[in-house]
Amino acid sequence: MEFFQHVLNALQFGSFYALIALGYTLVYGVLRLINFAHGDIFMVGAYIAYFVAIMLLGADGVAAGAGLSPGLTLAITVPVTMILTSLVGVTLERTMYRPLRRKGADRLYVVITALMAGLILENGNLALLGASRKSFPELLQKVVWTFGGVSVTNLKVIVIVAAVVVFGLLQFIVTRTKIGMAMRGISYDKFAIPLMGIPLDTIIVFTFILGSSMAGLAGILFAMSYPILEPYMGALIGWKAFIAAVVGGIGDIRGAIVGGFLLGFIEIGVVAVFPSTLRDLFAFSVLLGILWLKPTGLFGVAKTTKI
Amino acid sequence: MSLLEIKGLTCRFGGLIAVNDFNIELGERQMVALIGPNGAGKTTVFNLISGFYQPSEGAITVLGKDTRGMRPHQVTSLGVARTFQGIRLWGEMSVLDNIRVSQHYRCGYSLLDCFLRTRKYMLRETEIERTAWELLEAMDLKDCAHELPRNLSYGLQRRVEIARAMSLKPSLLLLDEPAAGLNSADVEGLIKLVRWIHDTYPVTIWMIEHQMKVVMSLCSHIKVIDFGATIADGSPAEIQANPAVIKAYLGDDTI
Amino acid sequence: MQKHTFTITMFAGMAVLAVLAQLGVINQYLQSVIMLMGVNIILCSSLNLVNGYMGEFSCGHGGFMCVGAYASSLVTVLCFSKNHILGAPLLPDSLALLAFPLALAAGAAVAAVAGLVVAVPSFKTRGDYLAIITLAANYIVISAIDNLEIIGGPRGFMGMNATVNAMNDLVQIPWMLLWVLGGTLFSVWILRRFVSSTLGKGVPAIAQDEIAAEIMSVDTNRMKLIAFMLSSGLAGLAGGLFAHILGYVNPHSFDIMKSTEVMVMVYLGGMGSLSGATLSAVLFTVLLEVLRPLEIWKWVVIPLLLILLMQFRPEGIMGNKELSDLFPKLKKYYSFK
Repeated sequence: MEFFQHVLNALQFGSFYALIALGYTLVYGVLRLINFAHGDIFMVGAYIAYFVAIMLLGADGVAAGAGLSPGLTLAITVPVTMILTSLVGVTLERTMYRPLRRKGADRLYVVITALMAGLILENGNLALLGASRKSFPELLQKVVWTFGGVSVTNLKVIVIVAAVVVFGLLQFIVTRTKIGMAMRGISYDKFAIPLMGIPLDTIIVFTFILGSSMAGLAGILFAMSYPILEPYMGALIGWKAFIAAVVGGIGDIRGAIVGGFLLGFIEIGVVAVFPSTLRDLFAFSVLLGILWLKPTGLFGVAKTTKI
Repeated sequence: MSLLEIKGLTCRFGGLIAVNDFNIELGERQMVALIGPNGAGKTTVFNLISGFYQPSEGAITVLGKDTRGMRPHQVTSLGVARTFQGIRLWGEMSVLDNIRVSQHYRCGYSLLDCFLRTRKYMLRETEIERTAWELLEAMDLKDCAHELPRNLSYGLQRRVEIARAMSLKPSLLLLDEPAAGLNSADVEGLIKLVRWIHDTYPVTIWMIEHQMKVVMSLCSHIKVIDFGATIADGSPAEIQANPAVIKAYLGDDTI
Repeated sequence: MQKHTFTITMFAGMAVLAVLAQLGVINQYLQSVIMLMGVNIILCSSLNLVNGYMGEFSCGHGGFMCVGAYASSLVTVLCFSKNHILGAPLLPDSLALLAFPLALAAGAAVAAVAGLVVAVPSFKTRGDYLAIITLAANYIVISAIDNLEIIGGPRGFMGMNATVNAMNDLVQIPWMLLWVLGGTLFSVWILRRFVSSTLGKGVPAIAQDEIAAEIMSVDTNRMKLIAFMLSSGLAGLAGGLFAHILGYVNPHSFDIMKSTEVMVMVYLGGMGSLSGATLSAVLFTVLLEVLRPLEIWKWVVIPLLLILLMQFRPEGIMGNKELSDLFPKLKKYYSFK
């Protein structure tokens, strides 16, 4: 029974990784850009959710609170957070990445810009809000179901379902819709796409909206599951999700999901057997091992060079 | 011992047979051509010789050494140099440095020699530098020695690429479409250059070329392949009259 | 004459700094800033070999620095200080001067071997995937040390001061300043000799066209091995010096933040330029000190500066040029090969 409990925990953790990894993979798949700021966008998402929820609830000493019920607050917080977080992502794209792209700058410069944008988000948050941790209000009445010794909370189910639904949605958008076709087209040749009459910038903005709103959603769910917020929370989980995306084969949506859940299972598996301090060591070593054996990730296709 | 011997060379990519049962034997100081329609597998043959691909079947022997399993730089150090279809010079390095680095296998000193600037290091570096300047002088590139390749005209870049290959002091030089993208004046220059190289250095030249003018005026022997298989083999005059070649290039129907 | 001016100037500069420090003209604070500059120069120029000259994107330099710091500290602590786990000192204090450079070398060697973790996969892959491997390597080093209780785990490791004190007991001069300056000169000197040789020019050839390099007889695997191991080895040297300057190390001073800092320096200075790397390491150290009153805002301002740099001068201060390329007249006064 303990085994199933671990599996559930792994699924939950994997869902967070997968949700963030999807954002990495979407942007990478379209722009070949490692959006290093993505982990911090997730952190910003969690903070936005916190402030929106506080405002609506009127808790935590906010006088201007609207005093709504937790259920209604949650219903409003989710879409509002997703919209605001995607605004953050789009702002990064508009102010930093797009000018570089217009200049035809080397990919490397965009990657460094992304890395720096992440630092600004982290440290800007720390500087503005201080080092004190914020505790997220409880928005969902906790319900525990027990099946023969395995207990499941409603939140856990929501998290796992959310990851699966988001995966299905993105897979549908990318493989079945016209805009998804345009996204795939950009990843092959971003110079030919505008010549085909497809608005390049609109598609890219759309990609950032998708990716960042997923990070926002992950932010809310994470804040509800582990209600302590701090500015660096996005860094480690972001890097890990990114590595998960790469292990799955970056640029491939299935890869992000598989990589995310794989990482979740490795981590929970290690913690179940060894002291929890060894978690990162094992997780990263396994991932490194996979990349040694299969350098392009599980779903990635090796790029063939032609002479 | 022949310079290059290829027996039953076959290369498959999945279901596609890119090269099928290719045979050739080259001696010293020959000048031959490999021609065929686009996609016939010509460059694949060169890639197999330089060790960039491994053959599915068959053997390649350079100066009596089986090259199967060798990495490209090992094959090159046996004396096989080549150029590329698209120019692949190191764009951020001066022409002189391009020609120095291509003599890498002749460095022959250790890292420690390099740090301590030992006598051995000095000797080798002087030798490399001298070879580079000699070649630049001989190939009329001295004036652009300190230029970056990307600032040179296309014709000059081709010349630098050939010079870079020659700096390896090869016994077999593979030229992959040397005249591609050149204007007619440059083509004349190229023909002269290749003939001069062939007369001056003890090297066998094997080229892939679409411009018949180049092939007919330089080569003593021509091999034609199509869909990976050899369809004709002989002197320029024989090839020009061969019906199979005409069919491969122009199709079945009479126009 | 110009063949030696550079060396003479450098040694003279070193001597002057040491004398000034000895006389107390340069106070402790300035000395520590100068030492930090030296460490940063080593870090930046060594990462430049991989990220600049070889065109890879290694983002785990801090990990190798960490390996070097711990390895050399372990040697000196074993030899010269009383540690409650590792026991009594093995060597008499009088040998400190002899043993210290050996400890630094040991740290560098261990870090160079650790560089294999990144060098071997680089044979098969490059670009983004290799970047992740370096990143994972950084995390692995940090969390491995976190879990090694014998060297203090997450609490850090100390006792390196004993060696520095032992050296001071022999002769009372600013030893650490001298070692750092010496290490810096050594690093820049061997890197310069490497990249200006035909052997070393194989490294930028790989960056510019790997296939052409391999076919033009450059043994690309060997060059990658050399580049990664040299780079991580020198990072290890920097780590060893850093550990003995502070007298205390903590695994989390070498995490991804440190690696990012070094990357900032590399791209600030210009990829593929040693004078650029040196210049930017000095500027960056000064900038950090000047911005110290800003506290955490410092880490908003610096990334912002780099973002602006990427927008308006992405090739960095020097591009891939050396000082003597930009000012050819300087060649009259010195040559540095």
